[in-house]
Amino acid sequence: MSFLEYRIQTVPSGPRKLLYLNWALILLLTSVCAVGWLMLYSVAGGDIGTWAEPQMKRFAVGLSIMIIVGMVPIWFWRNMSGVAYLIAVGLLVAVDVMGHIGMGAQRWLNLGFIMLQPSELMKIALVMMLAAYYDWLDPKKVSRPLWVLLPVGLILLPVALVMVQPDLGTAILLMGGGAVVMFCAGVSWIYFAVVIGAGAGLVTVVLMSRGTPWQLLHDYQYKRIDTFLDPSSDPLGAGYHITQAKIALGSGGWTGRGFMQGTQSRLNFLPEKHTDFIFTVVAEEFGFIGACSLLILYALIIAFCISSAVRMKDRFASLVTLGIAASFFFLFGVNMLMVMGLAPVVGVPLPLVSYGGSAMMVLLTAFGIVQSAHVHRAR
Amino acid sequence: MKRIAHRDSDETTRRTTRRALIMGGAMSAVVAVLGARLRYMQVDQADQYRLLAEENRVSIRLIPPNRGQIFDRNGRLIAGNEQNYRIIITREDAGDVNDVLHRLQRVIPLSDEDIARVEDEAKKRSAFVPIIVADRISWDDMARVATNAPSLPGVTPEVGQSRIYPLDTDFAHVVGYVGPVSERDLKAQENPDPLLQIPQFQIGKAGVETWREDVLRGEAGTRRIEVNAVGRIMRELDRVEGQAGADLTLTIDAEVQNFVNARLGGESAAVVAIDVTNGDLLAISSAPSFNPNLFVRGISYKDYSALTGNDHRPLANKAVSGAYPPGSTFKIVTALAALEAGVIDADSTVYCPGYYEYGGRRFHCWSRGGHGHLNLDGALGRSCDVYFYDVSQRVGIDKIAETGRKMGLGQRHDLPMSAIVEGVMPDKAWKMASYSQEWRIGDTINASIGQGYVLASPLQLALMTGRLASGRAIVPRLVRAIDGQEVATEEAPALDIPPSFLRMVRHGMFTVSNKLGMTGYSSRIVDSAMTMAGKSGTAQVRNITAAERARGVISNDQLPWARRDHALFVGFAPYDNPKVAVACVVEHGGGGSTVAAPIVRDVLLRILSGGMPPLAAYPESQRSRIETALSELPLRDFAALAGATGVRGRA
Repeated sequence: MSFLEYRIQTVPSGPRKLLYLNWALILLLTSVCAVGWLMLYSVAGGDIGTWAEPQMKRFAVGLSIMIIVGMVPIWFWRNMSGVAYLIAVGLLVAVDVMGHIGMGAQRWLNLGFIMLQPSELMKIALVMMLAAYYDWLDPKKVSRPLWVLLPVGLILLPVALVMVQPDLGTAILLMGGGAVVMFCAGVSWIYFAVVIGAGAGLVTVVLMSRGTPWQLLHDYQYKRIDTFLDPSSDPLGAGYHITQAKIALGSGGWTGRGFMQGTQSRLNFLPEKHTDFIFTVVAEEFGFIGACSLLILYALIIAFCISSAVRMKDRFASLVTLGIAASFFFLFGVNMLMVMGLAPVVGVPLPLVSYGGSAMMVLLTAFGIVQSAHVHRAR
Repeated sequence: MKRIAHRDSDETTRRTTRRALIMGGAMSAVVAVLGARLRYMQVDQADQYRLLAEENRVSIRLIPPNRGQIFDRNGRLIAGNEQNYRIIITREDAGDVNDVLHRLQRVIPLSDEDIARVEDEAKKRSAFVPIIVADRISWDDMARVATNAPSLPGVTPEVGQSRIYPLDTDFAHVVGYVGPVSERDLKAQENPDPLLQIPQFQIGKAGVETWREDVLRGEAGTRRIEVNAVGRIMRELDRVEGQAGADLTLTIDAEVQNFVNARLGGESAAVVAIDVTNGDLLAISSAPSFNPNLFVRGISYKDYSALTGNDHRPLANKAVSGAYPPGSTFKIVTALAALEAGVIDADSTVYCPGYYEYGGRRFHCWSRGGHGHLNLDGALGRSCDVYFYDVSQRVGIDKIAETGRKMGLGQRHDLPMSAIVEGVMPDKAWKMASYSQEWRIGDTINASIGQGYVLASPLQLALMTGRLASGRAIVPRLVRAIDGQEVATEEAPALDIPPSFLRMVRHGMFTVSNKLGMTGYSSRIVDSAMTMAGKSGTAQVRNITAAERARGVISNDQLPWARRDHALFVGFAPYDNPKVAVACVVEHGGGGSTVAAPIVRDVLLRILSGGMPPLAAYPESQRSRIETALSELPLRDFAALAGATGVRGRA
């Protein structure tokens, strides 16, 4: 369906679009962010200026961007997909070549006014690119090998660029987001079965290559796998993060220790408590009830996105919404699995809650596209 | 075409919806797993994790108790606790450690090596760990650092407690000293007090400090503190104060002890003075002594090797650890045994031709010319050997040994002091057990004059004299009170020797010290209220070989020091109402009556008069010499000391 086919009467226009935004989704996103502010205020020891205030300011900017993006017609974003993808690839190449070294990996690009993590941007751009691709592609061709290979290439290019940074976590998230778009677009089950089988084989090979001359992963990555499998093997070294995170999480109990009363976080036993491990602070201070509530908020965001997507007639709109929802799901899912000791420690922050400007901006922009798809859906 | 496209489009949309719902289902499953995992960790295993969190956060620190102080019988401080000032630096507060240290160097004396050491340590430790810059600094230096505090960030003066012995050398052997816990100390105990793990915690290493460690140490207090991940103390959660150690009051009189130490001068000697009425030890002195404060601070190698290299053995506590042949002082025991056995009475005599022959061997009397006919008084008074050779033959060693044991010889007396020896009171069974040899008559002859196998410590000799003087089986006592509570003692039972025999031997000792021509006459006390009765002894430490004898026995002062005879003297006073008994051994001192007897006399006079020995108690001819000697004694100025530390009580 091209933009010419929009029935102009049924699509709101001008400031009236504000009324047609998915306000429930905005409310949910704001609630999750508010949890983030509370936790950042708490882990800073009751100081608002350290993390909470900058985070709130960024949210204000991010929210504005989301609404503006949401008011722009969805077809514009579809047309921008290719450009966004190319810009993101360019930035990834740039970061690999001259990126700022932070935390042992080249991930950040200093654009002067903002420290940008291009791999964040790529998560959106890839989903948009694939959604646009399937919108363009004749639905009958989606499962033909040649037409499957093309999107796989589109996915693997940024994945490769992210892997050399190296950032395994983001690479996995990119693959996950891309795969979901392909899956929703209707690519045959067989391809997924083959890829999963090949993936399992690859994991085996990777594990077997350890210690041999052709070792495929960095030592620290193997170390993380070891730690994941048995955190107690090295409680003060590599296993320290996960052990302390589990202690914090577990000691929360039903209702938690109370706001600002979490000893694990306040006494610095928790590492990265304001970023990757912030969920354990939620769990420690607000207990099972609090942690579950946050989990439900996340699940509701996904549910609202899916329910919005399935009501859309526009293929790009629904695929991009599903892709963004899936990327978002992978973010919090992997983070939670990680802090609960169900997945290895890969540096994935808790979306919208962890401290970090560019990640939140990018996410809110992405939800802006979801809003745009929602506002401009055919009625 | 448009319609077909529309139908296709519908089909595509349905498929997308289907797939989206499948994806939503999969996501719900993952969310359910996450929720279940949360529930498992936070609800089912909450207690376990909560415990782990507490272990993380709470650390228990011990508060070292104040060690009990030790006082003499009059409440003079012997062992106290001193405020120990030290300077510490904390890197995180100091910033540039090197800069601050150099500024500190302008305030207090600090060597460049010290600075290097502190910097080195500061680099190794966490930034918040305080590092000791200077220990045991003076109050003045402490005050200077405090006034300069603004320009010395991170530098803090601190106050700790450390043991101090204000009477330094006087009580080194009695009270001992404390020192930091060693690995060996920890291993020696099955279940060590956690206090011992505190770095630099001081425990008794010798003497009373070790043997009454149980009451002196006290009990640790505890502090529960909250620590953060790097171990820094965030706040104190609660605090249980410990129990300070109990104060000990000794039976010893510090002033007498000091007098005795001074009186012994440079000799290698020991003196024990005992209250014959109750067994209280009034002085236990071993000379030369050492300064226990050196050990508390960690003695230098040089100082230590000077102590161990000294042939007068300052580290040995000769008063209780030294076992000496008692020589003629043992004749008290032989005489008592003979009286008990009924082989002699006060008037029975023995003829001394200067030697005694038995089994074809000649045993010489110390007087080559012989003493002629002697009764008990005469035999003790002139210390005739032949008399005792003769009677011992008739009594037999086993009975002598039995009497010796009644008098306190050959047994370990339980005092809270280190290395108390048992001595040897030999009998037939003992020789068989020790040497697998039959007892010989010659052995009895040697033993009768306190030579051969007989060995006794000055403590035992003083006790023997005290028992003789009091007629009671008194037991030595060193600790009089614990935390002001008098240590209960029982009235000593009467000695199992008829009082008339004891009286006879006492009279013999009176003769020794008060009859013209007798061995102790020159060391008599002329004040009738303090008359002394005593017995000298000269213990041979070498064997006189036949060759030497042929050449003529050389006199003592021509021999090298280490081969000279030990001089001994035991005495009590006043004769008619005994109060104090004193034993003295001067190693390689020569004759007991000339070297040891004057010491015993001075000590008795010092104790009985309650002040410096009154000149009037000395024979007139000796007074001017003694006046000079007494005035030259290096006595401690207790009056000045009292101003500083003598006040009883806790700091």
